[in-house]
Amino acid sequence: MRARGARGGRTALVLALGGAGAIVLVALLAPVLAPYPEDATGAAETAQLLRPPSAAHWFGTDELGRDVFSRVLYGARIGPVVAVAVVTVSLVVGTVIGVVAGYFGGWIDELLMRLTDVFLAVPALLLALALATVLAPGPVGLTVALTVTWWPWYARLVRGETASVVGRPYIEACRALGLGHRRTLVRHVLPNASTPLLVQASTDVGGVLLVASGLSFLGLGPQPPTPDWGLMVEQSQNYFTTHWWLGTFPGAAIMLVAGVCFLLGDVVRDRFDPRHVPRPTQRA
Amino acid sequence: MKRARSGRGRPMIRYAARRSVLSALVAFGVVVLTYLIARVVPSDPAGVWAGPRASAVERARVRAELGLDRPVAEQIVSYLTGVSRGDWGLSVLTHRPVLTDLLTRLPNTLQLVLAGMVIGLAVGIPAGLFAARWHGGTVDRLVRSGALLSAAIPTFWLALLLQTLIASRLDLLPIAGSYDRAVMGAHPVTTVTGLPLLDAVLTGNGVAATDLLDHLLLPALVVASYPAAVLARMVRASILDAVGEPHIQMVRALGFPERVVLGRFALRLAWNPVLQLTALIFGYSLVNTFLVEAVFDYPGLGRYAADAVQSLDVPAVVGVTLLVALLYLAANLAVDLAQAALDPRVALR
Repeated sequence: MRARGARGGRTALVLALGGAGAIVLVALLAPVLAPYPEDATGAAETAQLLRPPSAAHWFGTDELGRDVFSRVLYGARIGPVVAVAVVTVSLVVGTVIGVVAGYFGGWIDELLMRLTDVFLAVPALLLALALATVLAPGPVGLTVALTVTWWPWYARLVRGETASVVGRPYIEACRALGLGHRRTLVRHVLPNASTPLLVQASTDVGGVLLVASGLSFLGLGPQPPTPDWGLMVEQSQNYFTTHWWLGTFPGAAIMLVAGVCFLLGDVVRDRFDPRHVPRPTQRA
Repeated sequence: MKRARSGRGRPMIRYAARRSVLSALVAFGVVVLTYLIARVVPSDPAGVWAGPRASAVERARVRAELGLDRPVAEQIVSYLTGVSRGDWGLSVLTHRPVLTDLLTRLPNTLQLVLAGMVIGLAVGIPAGLFAARWHGGTVDRLVRSGALLSAAIPTFWLALLLQTLIASRLDLLPIAGSYDRAVMGAHPVTTVTGLPLLDAVLTGNGVAATDLLDHLLLPALVVASYPAAVLARMVRASILDAVGEPHIQMVRALGFPERVVLGRFALRLAWNPVLQLTALIFGYSLVNTFLVEAVFDYPGLGRYAADAVQSLDVPAVVGVTLLVALLYLAANLAVDLAQAALDPRVALR
């Protein structure tokens, strides 16, 4: 039983790491890999409207005659990049707030955590939707809106981890040795919170991508002719019954990337914390 | 220890009071947050509030009406009193009070979310149980990859695929909407609870119930996809964790069949996290339905929100945000209290 679990774990690890690497490569090399790079944005080719998948156009062409395969490849430079940016900034903001709350405790903790509660009381997709509506539509507005909704999760996580080590003897030793707050926090408290944070972050890139694509689908993200996956699915709506390839491939791309992120999170967690029981955390 | 013995009711009451006060505080914070989104974040709040097509005169009127020239603290107070009195602003799109609009659409969304959650629970919990029972085997692997896939699938895409395949190509279920006009005209539903399907069932209106169910099935399946996935994962992990507990090993050593050990004894330890997760899923699904409703043209809050977003109807968007946040808070409070009632230790923490 043990051996079988370990072997399953290795397959998952290879899948997750290989998948993540492939996605990064596609995003970096999109201009080289795409057969029709100019189709990613402008170019309309009226002679090639709505062609089904063929050798020349693997994923067919869309209502403006653009190559869907090229656009899907270029899409790897939009949604996933927004997701990584959101998670990175949220991680930094959330970590600072969480560490301060957990380390100092008292009224600072109370104040920061009640603030966090307020943000957590509004489901992420909804808060981001409201914010994206009042901000200018586009990838930047989308990133800002999602970051505002995402940091509280890290703040709460880091606060918990911090509070759990603050009472330990080695932190007391740091104090007794006369280390400053900053040094104690950065060198001794934070490293202990980094594993659960990393696990959460890799899973969250997938979660943020799903929410971002959803907002994009509602028209709150990048605007046409950007080859964003969510937007492409939205634009395919009117043609879906008769031209399935328009929306199917961009949607599959979202699922693939989100799936790889979730798998990566699982694999990392299994490595570092094999006895883990998922606690209810909200994804979106 | 002493406190626990002195009276079973007391810590429970104190816990309930504490939770309620905290929830009220958070609700207050949420109102302030929506105020910030509506009137501070936009560079021209009056313009945004009046809608993109408003004239200069209209904008000036809205500015005066919202009191945007007054100090911020005063604005917040008047916003708060307005919200608590039910004055959530006028929708730019429909020209009706936002709260009225919202309340007419809420039942449809609630019906959809509840149906999705029932399906999610009915699929997710057994799936998690089976995966744990044959841990490491084929069933386990199937459940785990299925859960991973249904968590990673974009809601709106799944909705489009099912709509195209089942409703449009195979013509098995209606493509969009929440009812058939002809059917409803011939068999109107009497309002009892407000939830159309439940009302149709309660009043014995079989024809209407069948029609409502037909329209509900596909969207509900899409809504159920995420809850089923997370519940399966949670139940599986909780049971595998519980198996290590001494009393479970004891039950096993006594020779109870594995089905009873897991299904009766280990599953009991999973109820608490499942309950907590259910509240989270409720909040998530409430918003997830927005995408589902947009695809199936289902006349709930989400359809309303999507329309509002498209026409930059800020009062409506903010109204939806506030309503859903308050519902979600209420659900969380209810779960916390239910948990404390089921497990008195919770109240003592």
